[in-house]
Amino acid sequence: MKQSAKDFKTDQEVRWCPGCGDYAILAGVQSFMPELGLAKENIVWISGIGCSSRFPYYMNTFGMHSIHGRAPAIASGLAITRPDLSVWVVTGDGDALSIGGNHLIHALRRNVNLKILLFNNRIYGLTKGQYSPTSEVGKVTKSTPMGSLDHPFNPVSLAIGAEASFVARTIDSDRKHLTETLRRAALHEGTALVEIYQNCNIFNDGAWDPLKDSEHRDSLMFRLEDGQPITLVDGSRGVVRAANGSLEIADVAEVGIESVLVHDSRNPDPAVAFALSHLSDSVTLADTPIGVFRDVPRASYDSAFHAQIESAKAGGRGDLGSLLAGNDTWEIA
Amino acid sequence: MSKQVVQLSRVIIRFAGDSGDGMQLTGDQFTSRTAWFGNDVATLPDFPAEIRAPAGTIPGVSAFQLHFADHDITTAGDTPNVLVAMNPAALKANMRDLPRGADIIVNTDEFTPRNLAKVGYAASPVDDGSLESYSVHPIPLTSLTVEALRSFDITKKEAERAKNMFALGLLSWLYHRPTEGTLTFLKQKFAKKPQILAANIAAFEAGWSFGETTEDFSVQYEVQPAPMLAGRYRNIHGNLALSYGLIAAAQRAELPLFLGSYPITPASDILHELSKHKKFDVMTFQAEDEIAGVGSAIGAAYGGMLAVTTTSGPGVALKSEAIGLAVSLELPLVIVDVQRGGPSTGLPTKTEQADLLQAMFGRNGEAPVPIVAPRSPGDCFDAAIEAVRIATTYRTPVFLLSDGYVANGSEPWRIPDVDSLPDLRVAFATEHNHTNDDGSTEFWPFQRDPETLARPWAVPGTKGLEHRIGGIEKADGIGNISYDPDNHDRMTRLRQAKVDGITVPDLEVADPDGDARVLMLGWGSTYGPINAACEIARRSGVSVAQAHLRHLNPFPANTAEVLRRYDKVVIPEMNLGQLALLIRGRYLVDAISYNQVRGLPFKGEELAGVIKDVVASV
Ligand SMILES: Cc1ncc(C[n+]2csc(CCOP(=O)(O)OP(=O)(O)O)c2C)c(N)n1
Ligand code: SF4
Ligand SMILES: [Mg+2]
Repeated sequence: MKQSAKDFKTDQEVRWCPGCGDYAILAGVQSFMPELGLAKENIVWISGIGCSSRFPYYMNTFGMHSIHGRAPAIASGLAITRPDLSVWVVTGDGDALSIGGNHLIHALRRNVNLKILLFNNRIYGLTKGQYSPTSEVGKVTKSTPMGSLDHPFNPVSLAIGAEASFVARTIDSDRKHLTETLRRAALHEGTALVEIYQNCNIFNDGAWDPLKDSEHRDSLMFRLEDGQPITLVDGSRGVVRAANGSLEIADVAEVGIESVLVHDSRNPDPAVAFALSHLSDSVTLADTPIGVFRDVPRASYDSAFHAQIESAKAGGRGDLGSLLAGNDTWEIA
Repeated sequence: MSKQVVQLSRVIIRFAGDSGDGMQLTGDQFTSRTAWFGNDVATLPDFPAEIRAPAGTIPGVSAFQLHFADHDITTAGDTPNVLVAMNPAALKANMRDLPRGADIIVNTDEFTPRNLAKVGYAASPVDDGSLESYSVHPIPLTSLTVEALRSFDITKKEAERAKNMFALGLLSWLYHRPTEGTLTFLKQKFAKKPQILAANIAAFEAGWSFGETTEDFSVQYEVQPAPMLAGRYRNIHGNLALSYGLIAAAQRAELPLFLGSYPITPASDILHELSKHKKFDVMTFQAEDEIAGVGSAIGAAYGGMLAVTTTSGPGVALKSEAIGLAVSLELPLVIVDVQRGGPSTGLPTKTEQADLLQAMFGRNGEAPVPIVAPRSPGDCFDAAIEAVRIATTYRTPVFLLSDGYVANGSEPWRIPDVDSLPDLRVAFATEHNHTNDDGSTEFWPFQRDPETLARPWAVPGTKGLEHRIGGIEKADGIGNISYDPDNHDRMTRLRQAKVDGITVPDLEVADPDGDARVLMLGWGSTYGPINAACEIARRSGVSVAQAHLRHLNPFPANTAEVLRRYDKVVIPEMNLGQLALLIRGRYLVDAISYNQVRGLPFKGEELAGVIKDVVASV
């Protein structure tokens, strides 16, 4: 039977604020789900706590809304033991990067078969608007009336540093790009981290507007496409190698398109992807790449895990009686 | 030369030396041989938290005590009859436990001015007369070992290291222990190092013949086998028995076993042991921290595995929030807490029972969790099976509260017949369980079994049962998010009623004289010392009853009735009165709390004194 987005909707009333970016992501995911070609019962959504983490309640699959920050750990336990399932994690910038930072980096380095969607609105939505680990320095919120002091995380840089085998970034309002990115993530074996720029219109409205506004975005954003030179969408400027070996941005007219780096998400060396993730200005959002930064093959943790079990069982299954007896026993009559 | 043989009914030996001297291994080997010989045995390893504290110092002393007898015993004994002291620190650290007349075997090679000074001895106690009231056997263990291994192609250091085998050989001679098993053990341990193997065997034999030839030991001792139930036996440590209990339970449940864990003393050995048994469908996952340990177990439980997480007290503190989630999700999960001294890092290698209230109440909200506690090393096997039975039958997290004493101690264990183990098979939900008014059907994840109040275990991959669960309060039955006040009140009471309604066996009371007016009530690893104390008291003509709780939540149904039968209830605990608090609160009984938190088990004599005092007062 052919599935449609409707098959993945639940009868639960969606309770995000009207206008929240989460709606667009939910609709995008629901219409993408049929592409997986999986029966609904074989898909599981697991989340932590936050506005974003309500997501599983709205997906007509198996799902668990767990506790703050721990979804990657819980999902790892499920994915490792049930390789027959397609396991997806929804998390927020606070959930994934503050309280759950440890689980996120370890899931990434292990490469468990998980697809992690990180809804980044640069704010704590559910607790009503404190700054988050992705908020820009100087952010004025209820908990930082004089502006926040701590330097933000860049989730893509963090993931690459944590040995992630798949890292991408997309935007809530760009359905086509969102769908393409989910498709690439779904095909990847191992952990895929997809950062989704999401608007919280209540506590941090317009956080990503420069990248959405049709007048400016083309001069601010790189769309990463394999085999294509990495230029801003308007083609004006491109990424080139600087004399000191790092990356810099130059006028394409000046340096010539042939000196612009060609994107290669499959590059085994993470250095270029990391440098790309670090080009953007966290305040103005100038020079922000979106797309798949890194997508390299690496055996998933769960496949290696089950290979060990299979090889242990190849010598025959265990016999409980002889296990309990051990090899040093005596008889009492 | 044959020597006089003296029959003894029981012996307590303590091996003590530097952390690097191999005392635990020596003690373990002596124990295995003794158990194999047919004596009843109980052991108490006592080692420092540091892997190698500075050599020759008191903090670096590692000791192993074992008690063996020709009759049933339940403790590692109060005061050693024999102390083997491998250096001055070992002597100094253990002197205060020695009764006058005890045998002391000292390794005189280590009694150098430097080593003596390290622990504050101005002169060697072996020579200055201060040990006059003991029977001291000064033996140059190290040099005798080196001498015996002269012809071997090994370094002097390697030869010196074999001195524990010399000591083991000597003690094996002294107590007529069979030697064969030790040789088999050495062959396995040093299979890849034939030179070292040969040297260790030679050192062991040299120790044995030294005993035979030296005039220092004029007698040899014998302890006859103890009468025990017929059957096949082995010696087993608590952590091993607990691991086997989990494997056996998973096999009987016909479920794969999943362990999510983070290393911590004294629980790590369970992770190590389970990691060896992949061919029993055992999956182990060393997580990034305790929260991920329990988190991964919750994920595995959701997926239909028999899920377990193992830790000690500090790890339980980290897992608390996730355990609350498991309470709310109503998924089966076994949480093993091998308790150690606290608070904080406390005494990581020593025992304590101070996590009872943490297990009972250490979560936000009303979050009841059943608690099962083993009473001895071998009992860890049955307690683990019981924890699994409760978890899977009632779909709930369960605490298995072990402690350092039962975990590291060992005893002879009658190997159970696999077919006699309980059938723990469970049925996953496969169908809709609710019919709407219009005749259509649905799956309701919180529709309960009327008898157990358990909800269905509906695992992902089951067609038609797609549903969402979470930590937010859910509507009774249908399971959708609900903030309704009455519903929350109902769900809170239902979760409590489910745990309160778990069927557990009645509390048994031992009162052989039949006229006791004082009850000794304990839980967990204090069983052995309390039992020993009751026997001592009874031998001196004092009647006392003993009952021991395996289930601490819920308590057995007859607990109130048992408590009411006695004028006084005494509760000895290795904490400041945690069970006593629960008993007083629940049953309004003015129980007498007797407490110690010394990192060591109670001594039988001391508890017997408590019994006599209380009995005299009623
Ligand atoms: C242990 C714990 N600490 C704190 C909270 C409160 N809390 C809930 S959500 C949240 C932050 C959520 O921010 P984010 O992950 O960015 O999600 P968003 O709401 O923005 O989607 C916090 C601090 C909690 N639920 N649990
Ligand atoms: S608070 Fe922000 S993130 Fe949360 S639902 Fe409202 S708009 Fe969305
Ligand atoms: Mg957020």
